Amino acid sequence: MLVLSRKIKESIMIGEEIEIKVLAIEGDQVKLGVEAPKSVDIYRKEIYVAIKEENSEAAEISQDMVELLKNQS
Amino acid sequence: MKLQTKYVGAVDVKEEKIINFPFGLPGFEKETSFVLLELPGNPIFQTLQSVTNENLAFIVIHPYHLYKDYEFKLDQTIQDHLKIQEQADVFVLTIVTLKQPFEQSTINLKAPIIINEKEMLAKQYVLVDDAYETKAPLHVETDEDESKDART
Repeated sequence: MLVLSRKIKESIMIGEEIEIKVLAIEGDQVKLGVEAPKSVDIYRKEIYVAIKEENSEAAEISQDMVELLKNQS
Repeated sequence: MKLQTKYVGAVDVKEEKIINFPFGLPGFEKETSFVLLELPGNPIFQTLQSVTNENLAFIVIHPYHLYKDYEFKLDQTIQDHLKIQEQADVFVLTIVTLKQPFEQSTINLKAPIIINEKEMLAKQYVLVDDAYETKAPLHVETDEDESKDART
């Protein structure tokens, strides 16, 4: 992993279009500003991971369980 | 076209019924073509079947069957991605995680699937605010439940 030190109001650039700026540091919390093209989705990592895991779990439903849903009307 | 599905056997699908997910779904980034199919005999749940992967399908539900106040805003980015012009062209589905026993099943309200029916474009949209969770209870209301709610 590339490690860079930055101060408040300093930024890093990822390629030409993505800028991540340190806006504030309060205790153990860092406030970041992200400028990126609209085509780039930005997520908090733990949320993205949670969605991924939930999708994987939802994709593993057994045939049997789905059979139970059928013909219930 | 003929399609082998995970949950409903072989089906015949018209090309225009294919929904494009240009970004895939989190965890399934390469899966970009799905069709929405009925589950025989169950009007509430549907299956979202990958066109390219027979073994990938989700069970989905219209969230408003269960959570009548479910509400969120679509930001400009997703409106652009899905070429959304009018709200009427859009509908929302949520992915169901079925569990044994059934009462432990959940739906993912944190990341609904937004579909622009006019363009057949869709995306799983991760809500920024924390009002909704990835494992909201799948609680199918019955008349009995409603009368109980009314009393309390």
